[in-house]
Amino acid sequence: MRITVSVNGQPHTRDVEPRLLLVHFLRDELGLTGTHWGCDTSNCGVCTVQLDGVPVKSCTVLAVMADGHEVTTVEGLERDGELDAVQKGFVECHGLQCGFCTPGMLLTARRLLDTVPDPDEGQIREAISGQLCRCTGYENIVRSIRWAAAAEGEARR
Amino acid sequence: MQVPAKFAYERADSVPHALELLERYGPEARVVAGGHSLIPMMKLRLAQPEALIDINGLTELGRLAVEDDELVIGALVRHAELLASTIATDLFPIFRDAERVIADPIVRNRGTIGGSLCQADPSEDLSAVFSALRATAVIQGRNGTRTVPIRDFHQGPYETAVEPDELLVRLRVPISSGTGSAYVKVERRVGDWPVAAAGAVLRVEDGVIAQAGVGLTAVGAEHFCAPEAETYLAGRPPSPEAFAAAGRIAAEHCEPHTDQRGPADYKRHLAAELTRRALAAAAERI
Ligand code: FES
Ligand code: FES
Repeated sequence: MRITVSVNGQPHTRDVEPRLLLVHFLRDELGLTGTHWGCDTSNCGVCTVQLDGVPVKSCTVLAVMADGHEVTTVEGLERDGELDAVQKGFVECHGLQCGFCTPGMLLTARRLLDTVPDPDEGQIREAISGQLCRCTGYENIVRSIRWAAAAEGEARR
Repeated sequence: MQVPAKFAYERADSVPHALELLERYGPEARVVAGGHSLIPMMKLRLAQPEALIDINGLTELGRLAVEDDELVIGALVRHAELLASTIATDLFPIFRDAERVIADPIVRNRGTIGGSLCQADPSEDLSAVFSALRATAVIQGRNGTRTVPIRDFHQGPYETAVEPDELLVRLRVPISSGTGSAYVKVERRVGDWPVAAAGAVLRVEDGVIAQAGVGLTAVGAEHFCAPEAETYLAGRPPSPEAFAAAGRIAAEHCEPHTDQRGPADYKRHLAAELTRRALAAAAERI
């Protein structure tokens, strides 16, 4: 089946089997390996991308379901060579160790700050509760997202 | 790497089109919306449909609104949308209680109300919620729509009243004043299926319980409800003693099984205790 998916603002047209999962479309067809792939059972959340701005687990979405829709992956966060605030936060606050969960965490964090610009710790923990950090670095992930929220709050003033 | 077996994929552009596709592909076709129950089952070959009919484009099924004296919830409403809808959660706080503990926020962004109900997993949360609320399911076929009380909707594990050539289109929940509702769940870890869970809906008139709804999941309660406990409560003043007795009755009439989530006697204990707690919480909210 021929599909066109807009990924990070670029349309990509491919012939795919209906059973191809979005995560493999991104990684294998488009070479966007920033989206990781772990449990394959919609538990760990490392495959999280944004579909029309909403975080989804791409191991449980068919690529054909994204036809005509917008996907944002971690590769799409940086703008004109500048990292997004959430990426900077993870750098500043040591929000990653091995980095396996990080792309998914960043996309969830981005969506959270787009909808709740100044989240408290509880809201952050709730937002990332569908994602596992195998390095158990949750404290620093929360701090990183708080840092990004503060930085964006500052920039808005 | 887990990949589903091959299937044909069709995208429905209207409800009649979806019904036409269901008829064309026959009983081996499955409807897919969020896909968060079906796709994992397809990866494991627990489900192997020959065709998937994608209904994600049917925006007419995504409505969530009050119509007359009912809350109408389209089958395609996502869990996250139900949780975010203050119309729904103010009227029926049981939705807020339940949706906060169904899977996780990212799964809730995608999974749908209709999908959860049609999956009819014996541990599914919303089945107990809608059962407690005495909702009505609206099912559409080629010859029009029909309504089914939710307690007749579930006909067994993974079995519903929806025929292979039909589509669940919406749920209708009766609104009445003097009502409180709550849902209480015990899970092993955040986002898991329940070990056991109970929902309660209480309508109190002139100091006595005019109608009680008790929903139970994961404990082998037929149709996800506890009619004996409801009958016991009707006509009594709400009290901790009555709620505890109703819990004991509910537990007596369920049929929990020992599995990886816990032994049967523990689940039976939970059925009683969670029913009691849900009733008490519902009473507080009237
Ligand atoms: S790989 Fe998708 S949730 Fe784990
Ligand atoms: S940084 Fe290693 S999994 Fe989170």
